[in-house]
Amino acid sequence: MTMALLAQTGRPFPDWAWFNERNVGELRELLIEHIQLTGLALLLGLLIAIPLAVAAVRWRRVYSPLLAFTGVLFTVPSAALFILLLALLPQRPPFGLGIGTSLVGLTIYTLLILFRNTVAGLDSVPPEVTEAATAMGYTPGRRLVRVEFPLALPVIIAGVRIAAVTTIGLVTVTAFIGQGGLGRLFLSGFRTQYTMEIAVGLVLSIVLAVVVDLALVLSERRLTPWSQSRGAGT
Amino acid sequence: MITFDAVRKQYPDGTVAVDDLNLEVEEGEVVVLVGPSGCGKTTSMRMVNRMIEPTSGTITVDGRDVMQTDPVKLRRDIGYVIQQIGLFPHRTTAENIATVPELLGWDRKRIRDRVDELIATVGLPEGVADRYPHQLSGGQRQRVGVARALATDPSVMLMDEPFGAVDPIVRGRLQDEFLRLQAQVHKTIVFVTHDIDEAIKMGDRIAILAEGGVLQQYETPATILAKPANAFVEDFLGEERGLKRLSLIPVKEVAADRGPVVRVGTSAADARQIAQREGTDWVVILSEDATLLGWTFIDDLADPIDGAAARPFATEVNAHDSLRAALDALVGSWTGVAVRVSDGDHYEGLVTREMLTAELREDTKSAA
Repeated sequence: MTMALLAQTGRPFPDWAWFNERNVGELRELLIEHIQLTGLALLLGLLIAIPLAVAAVRWRRVYSPLLAFTGVLFTVPSAALFILLLALLPQRPPFGLGIGTSLVGLTIYTLLILFRNTVAGLDSVPPEVTEAATAMGYTPGRRLVRVEFPLALPVIIAGVRIAAVTTIGLVTVTAFIGQGGLGRLFLSGFRTQYTMEIAVGLVLSIVLAVVVDLALVLSERRLTPWSQSRGAGT
Repeated sequence: MITFDAVRKQYPDGTVAVDDLNLEVEEGEVVVLVGPSGCGKTTSMRMVNRMIEPTSGTITVDGRDVMQTDPVKLRRDIGYVIQQIGLFPHRTTAENIATVPELLGWDRKRIRDRVDELIATVGLPEGVADRYPHQLSGGQRQRVGVARALATDPSVMLMDEPFGAVDPIVRGRLQDEFLRLQAQVHKTIVFVTHDIDEAIKMGDRIAILAEGGVLQQYETPATILAKPANAFVEDFLGEERGLKRLSLIPVKEVAADRGPVVRVGTSAADARQIAQREGTDWVVILSEDATLLGWTFIDDLADPIDGAAARPFATEVNAHDSLRAALDALVGSWTGVAVRVSDGDHYEGLVTREMLTAELREDTKSAA
């Protein structure tokens, strides 16, 4: 594919001259935008998914409908979803081509994984531990915060890792609706037939995904020192 | 003190787990609830701290009706140990033990002191305070569970098969340890097990329950073994009822046979006379202060008697051993005679197979 692009554009590749002061400055901004969009989407996703998961564990009956609903949202093709949101959401900022529309879409994609993993995490708490906590005199709320969540954390973080990597990929798609982070490089690269620009966006978004994933693995080790010998995410 | 007054637990599907249970657990007493699965023993125990609520009837703990007490407060006042122990995997030994003190808002210093004290009390090595549960052995985890239950020195403890998760050898040791601990702390304990031998060993009194939560007999282990209330109890006690009863009686409770005893310095003629009177061809030789030296055939006697000819007894029992242990020792002895000592080698007399058989007959007689 690179060969084909090269043939089309006729520009040298790799073109190290691309890394001029202006482009590098812009690159930094795009990277920050990319991280911000990913981080905010994950944060919003967790804020929605965790209460839903707690409700689903408490009232089993709502689990299947919630899983089906978030599952359907997840299956909508990304381009279609963003265009749909553009049409459905208000046109004024922060929606329209603002950050709002992108965030809503990105958040929706995180819900299935975050919801499912939080439920699985809470379910993985051994029943005798919950029983002991109750018998020691924990109130249900305190038990959730001090016992169940800490124990669910490895599985929740495993979900966050998948959601983070998925979101980093999806952020590039939001370039079509005025955001996009590193995805903007693809858009302008294709528009101007500049292979180097596309390649920089490609490499950096992959590096970003790998770095974020590693950071999450390390933070999991840090947050759950008690589970290290049992392996991450189990 | 814990009382069950006409307690009944019926589930919405109609299953009766506990039926008209009346029971009193005295201050400082270990009461073991025992029975086959489905007999409501765990349900009964869990109603004490309202993990399960009774359908009707009253349960009181130290005079308070549990249904009139806030469940969270009630539970913080009652120690709880379950079979899988339920240690918090994300907390160290020290943090696990500190659970209830932390819920009650003790200050850090007081918590730390109490944790250190408990680690020593339950016999945990010092290095375990900062380890996580998965880094401990089964026996250590169980001790942490007991320490956690004892943290605020509750007067009442509930224990649901607390030794169920460890292998038989460790279990025996933990049981002994726990009995020693209980002798110091005098907790009022409701103890659940399905193992009748554990019940006999651990219980001051045993409540035997049948399917459907019907109390069959509530008595001391010795009484239950001697006089089972009905066929169910007899069946549940199983084989070897007489032997189980022997395990409850220490050797010192039966009179010892004095035996043909001579002290160092006695003349050989006197010794022969003593042997003749006892109908033996051998004598027990003691030192002047009644320390056991051994035995010898009268034909081998020195005159006057000295300790040089004394041979050690093949079978020796301690006054604190159970009659069952004595019987076990005697089964392997071809003479059928064991020497009974206390405080190491202080001679107390002889124990014979016949004496134990007589004790077993006593058992059958009183049961009839």
